[in-house]
Amino acid sequence: MNKYSGFGLLKHGLSYHENWQRAWRNPKPKAKYDVVIVGGGGHGLATAYYLAKVHGVTNIAVVEKGYLGGGNTARNTTIVRSNYLWDESAHLYEHAMKLWEGLSQDLNYNVMFSQRGVLNLGHTLQDMRDIQRRVNANRLNGIDGEVLDTQQVQEIVPIMDCSANTRYPVLGASWQPRAGVARHDAVAWGYARAADALGVDLIQQCEVDDIITEDGAAVAVHTKQHGLIKADRIGCVVAGNSSVLAKMAGFSLPLESHPLQALVSEPIKPILDTVVMSNHVHGYVSQSDKGDLVIGAGIDGYNGYGQRGSYSTIEHTVQAIIELFPIFSRVRMNRQWGGIVDTCPDACPIISDTPVENLFFNCGWGTGGFKATPGSGHVFAATLAKGEAHELAKPFSMFRFNDGSLIDEHGAAGVAH
Amino acid sequence: MTQNNRLSSGGRIDRSQPLTFTFNGKQYQGFKGDTVASALLANGVDIVGRSFKYSRPRGVIAAGAEEPNAILQMGATEATQVPNVRATQQELFDGLVCQVTNGWPSAEFDVMGLVGKAGGSFMPPGFYYKTFMYPQSMWDTYEKCIRKAAGLGRSPRENDPDIYDHINQHVDVMIVGGGAAGLAAALSASRSGARVILADEQAELGGSLLHASESIDGRPASEWAAEVIAQLEACDNVQLLPRSTVNGYHDHNFLTIHQRCTDHLLDCAPIGQARQRMHRVRAKWVVLATGAHERPLVFANNDVPGCMLASAVTTYIKRYSVVPGERLVLMTTNDSAYQAAFDWAESGRFVVAIVDTRAHPGGDVIDEANRRGLKVIAGSAVIEVKGSKRVTGVSVSAINQLGDKALGPVKHLTCDTVASSGGWSPAVHLSCHTGSRPVWRDDVIGFVPGNSQQKQLTAGAINGTAALSTCLQEGFQAGREAAINAGFDTVPSISLPKVDERHIGAAMALFHIPHSKPTSRAPKQFVDFQTDVTAAGIEIATREGYESIEHVKRYTAMGFGTDQGKLGNINGMAIAAKSMNKTIPETGTTIFRPNYTPVTFGAVAGRHCGELFDPKRYSAMHSWHLKNGALFEDVGLWKRPWYFPQAGESMQESLNRECKAAREGVAILDASTLGKIDIQGKDAREFLGRIYTNAWAKLAIGKCRYGLMCGEDGMVFDDGVTACLADDHFVMTTTTGGAARVLEWLELYHQTEWPEMEVYFNTVTDQWSTMTISGPNSRKLLSELTGDIDLSRDAFKFMDWHEGTVAGVPARVFRISFTGELSFEVNVPANYGLYVWEKVFEHGAKYNLTPYGTETMHILRAEKGFIIAGQDTDGSVTPIDLGMDWCVSNQKPYSYIGKRGMNREDCLRKNRKQLVGLKTKRSDVVIPEGSQAVADPNEPVPMTMLGHITSSYYSACLGRSIAMGMIRDGFERMGQTVYYPQPDGSVIEAEICSPIFLDPKGERQNV
Repeated sequence: MNKYSGFGLLKHGLSYHENWQRAWRNPKPKAKYDVVIVGGGGHGLATAYYLAKVHGVTNIAVVEKGYLGGGNTARNTTIVRSNYLWDESAHLYEHAMKLWEGLSQDLNYNVMFSQRGVLNLGHTLQDMRDIQRRVNANRLNGIDGEVLDTQQVQEIVPIMDCSANTRYPVLGASWQPRAGVARHDAVAWGYARAADALGVDLIQQCEVDDIITEDGAAVAVHTKQHGLIKADRIGCVVAGNSSVLAKMAGFSLPLESHPLQALVSEPIKPILDTVVMSNHVHGYVSQSDKGDLVIGAGIDGYNGYGQRGSYSTIEHTVQAIIELFPIFSRVRMNRQWGGIVDTCPDACPIISDTPVENLFFNCGWGTGGFKATPGSGHVFAATLAKGEAHELAKPFSMFRFNDGSLIDEHGAAGVAH
Repeated sequence: MTQNNRLSSGGRIDRSQPLTFTFNGKQYQGFKGDTVASALLANGVDIVGRSFKYSRPRGVIAAGAEEPNAILQMGATEATQVPNVRATQQELFDGLVCQVTNGWPSAEFDVMGLVGKAGGSFMPPGFYYKTFMYPQSMWDTYEKCIRKAAGLGRSPRENDPDIYDHINQHVDVMIVGGGAAGLAAALSASRSGARVILADEQAELGGSLLHASESIDGRPASEWAAEVIAQLEACDNVQLLPRSTVNGYHDHNFLTIHQRCTDHLLDCAPIGQARQRMHRVRAKWVVLATGAHERPLVFANNDVPGCMLASAVTTYIKRYSVVPGERLVLMTTNDSAYQAAFDWAESGRFVVAIVDTRAHPGGDVIDEANRRGLKVIAGSAVIEVKGSKRVTGVSVSAINQLGDKALGPVKHLTCDTVASSGGWSPAVHLSCHTGSRPVWRDDVIGFVPGNSQQKQLTAGAINGTAALSTCLQEGFQAGREAAINAGFDTVPSISLPKVDERHIGAAMALFHIPHSKPTSRAPKQFVDFQTDVTAAGIEIATREGYESIEHVKRYTAMGFGTDQGKLGNINGMAIAAKSMNKTIPETGTTIFRPNYTPVTFGAVAGRHCGELFDPKRYSAMHSWHLKNGALFEDVGLWKRPWYFPQAGESMQESLNRECKAAREGVAILDASTLGKIDIQGKDAREFLGRIYTNAWAKLAIGKCRYGLMCGEDGMVFDDGVTACLADDHFVMTTTTGGAARVLEWLELYHQTEWPEMEVYFNTVTDQWSTMTISGPNSRKLLSELTGDIDLSRDAFKFMDWHEGTVAGVPARVFRISFTGELSFEVNVPANYGLYVWEKVFEHGAKYNLTPYGTETMHILRAEKGFIIAGQDTDGSVTPIDLGMDWCVSNQKPYSYIGKRGMNREDCLRKNRKQLVGLKTKRSDVVIPEGSQAVADPNEPVPMTMLGHITSSYYSACLGRSIAMGMIRDGFERMGQTVYYPQPDGSVIEAEICSPIFLDPKGERQNV
């Protein structure tokens, strides 16, 4: 792998950029791998990368039915934060946060991780109690966080309407300075390039249509384009289609698939320097480095696999944004889109072994998977390498729904849902 | 500057209405009927912006929605600023103020242009992914610089003075596009009697008919259009919507139309009028007649101002009477573009040459060009443009017929305008919004709509149809078919008018003009002008392995501009395909999504902003609360009195006074906001038993009972008191915030799980006003107001309810208590609420009746250890965790929601977090709610947390602070000390105790 640098850019510039190497190969699949990872999104690619880098397992294929990073990695609103309420999730997301903090250098690919801070607004007394509780928990868990009052929020976001005249006045916020946004596509590409350099086969346009089991153990995946690919262990990281893959293996997951939409404005000059999220009025917004206001909507109530959603959801979201930022009323919305999120009943992911031996699932991240990408890949890689859950992944077993050890991150964690 | 480029006659502008406008601080003239772009071109303005990455000067290139360059900041005042207005779509009005969005000190002389020139070679696609990484600490600084270069226009800094409307419409046939096919479709659909909407983004309906050279029935096409429009206007069943863009086509034939009502008149809408309106349309059938966009060709320096689409040249000449230059070179792969040269020549300006990439062009236009004496250079292409701020000339070379090699020799032609046409791309965008993938057709050289799941037809150029007569025919047919499909059986067919049109020769499939140098070394050949994506950039992307068209898009930013790739995407896909030796259909398209063109956020939001963002709910006594100085708390949609401060009181002093009144005298709470659900039916009782965790089988008529409700997971989610009115009739109360959720929950279970049960639910929250009269004097006070209810201790027991009159008004009175005191909850019809409330105060004055709000209610109940669902619970606690095992019945003959969940292994664990009371060591210290408990305050971070404070107050009645909270294994830790570290570093020490701080035996309510 040729190292990327400013100097390299100059050098390539002088040769008209004719000599750039491929960021990753386009290999034909082998008959058998140590590990096959189904799903070439951010989480799957990160899993492959850490398997190869940390655990020395390099005989790996990532099979992807479309193109790398084309699912929810390509569709999210790029927010990264770790201010979760419960210890289990806080530790997992903070693990991810620490990896984010050196990720560009580790991958030699600038994922443009911008630690511009995230505000979670409170609009009711109960919101503020929840914020206090969460920030206290964060601090005692070693995660940065502060509770801000209205005045302090206004200082950070001067353009927001923090007056008492709004329908739900801003009473305060939690503030995580280390949180921020990253360039979502670059995360997938950076992991793909680094994994490829370690020998991982990235196989695009390769759709798994069956998981082959023998004596209760998974032995291969069957693909539409390349037939059987055998593997000692199989990891499924297929947000939006997890239940479909589980069905192939003969079990069901406690997941519901919902459309989740997002939208962007036309690019405008920098005006919003941080990420603002509000559960109560139900919208969140940041401004991309390109200048678009990137706005997240809530999930649609019904289930579905079409990567589109209901217009009414868009309307409610835009209303929320204008409620917070009335000055954006004349700015224009450029584009909307949807992804499919797999949501768990307790709003926490599943990183787990399954009823089928040698088959592992990493799924159920709901609306908030992007921020976990490095941590998710890191712990799932360990899980796949050792055949048992990484310490941080243990609480996220799919069997928690049988015994009731749920980690309910609804509401109190500022999970935007 | 005068309007040098304006012809002395012709066009569709109104020369009797001259308009003055300001561009970049300078005043110009135009006419009514101009767009900003046509007016700028009339005035000879070449540069309308600087490009985003390389800061290259850019001019107007198109005449419609596909324009990428003429993106302006508009607005005469701060509050009316609109960023990124497309000059080709903005109608001119008097006093319009606009300016370029990039370029310093001006777009004419931009310093960044030098950087673009010098650094352009070092900014390939994705360069930012490859650099700015080292040292890590510098990234923040790098990013600030990157962000500075971002964006086009700017957001206003003041609030929008305008309002926006929504309107819901239901139609039989929705026709998108008011060109030839759309008008024809509307005409035939309208004859059936079907309700029709025809929407078009332009100010004038007619589309290309407004500047077409063909004649219909022997008259100019525009006259035929005018006649059809007049006919349609006369139809009651037809709604014509000009200036209305169908911006989104959603599932189930739901479309949104963004109508600009006043943007063509003024900076800000006249008072009382909406600036824009969103039509939310549900259509039985849809006819897409959205036309096609002309593709420019991709050649070296094709972005120099003066390079335009051929059709744009025609549009400016014929519609606006503007010739945007003196000397034209036209490059084309097809016949349609010749019209631009003919129009140019007719306006008396010089056509230098028509450069046709086809070796043997053969349509009627060739003969006409010859007849007009225009020079046609066949089998050749403009391989490069000269000039920087305006075209000064072109290099023309012969090319091979594969179109991938410049054969030379290179000839130079002097000109100031280069029009190009690579053919037409059907406007498939709306069709794609529905999830349908477009299909490539070699004969069209473009993507046409694929199969649709929607009730949708297409007509005209969207189908790749070029001939006007065929467009009309398809339009008539589609309109007729749509009406028939929508259920109209008599649809008279319309005879096709006679169209006089040219024979069209075959076009050449060419997108990227070869240069004598390889693409990587040739001057920049732009594909997407707004995002500065070049042919070489696309080749770099595929060379680096970004091979999926989505990767190409995302890596290069192609199609990310405000035109969403309308102009450049097909060219880009063709170049990507060629660089990978694939066909265009193999490469495929990216996905077109709403919006077709950008839509004002305000229009999407409509009136649902500010005051109307969410409805505010007030109780019937709200005016009294206001008069009596209440401060309010938002609970759900309700404005609830929080507390009633008196002059000079601090909040705590008010609370102390209110609490003491309730404990020592009498106090009153407006509890109207609690959810009330009327439940009837023979299975109502069993239904309650299945929904609540406790038993309901034996609740007698005239009795009330407290109930807990859990989710399937066994976690508490709401609670309240339910009264039995009759064996098949109950009234349930819920928390204020949970009312709607609980009703949905009941309906969900009834409709999906237990449809066999006969039970009906109805919200009656708004029908009743509820006042809780609490305190030792409550019986005395209430007895003054009722003659027919015996309030005595034995006649009206705790948890009884009675019907009677209060203050002469029919009432239901419940003897229940959330304060622990003797307490009566009086329910009267809401219309009498204020009357009864005031009557209670008339009589209450002598008892010093004190109103109290939610905060005092919280303190009083916390003194008694009563929970508030949603405050003391968070979706992770079972009834057992709350110490409320008494409220769970395992004796029922049927299961109840949450039973299985709460009996799972982890939920039965002994050392779960449990709700306990907490007393601080220092009685005056109130632990902040949300504080986290630890066993060892000196443990290093991450600390082991035991639980958190859910409720915490200063209790005036007890003379100390009290708190409730979750503590791991709390029931077993009574008397132990826990610590609450605070953000300021201090630690609060507290002892675990029972959460019942006052009157544990419950004697006070029994007086």
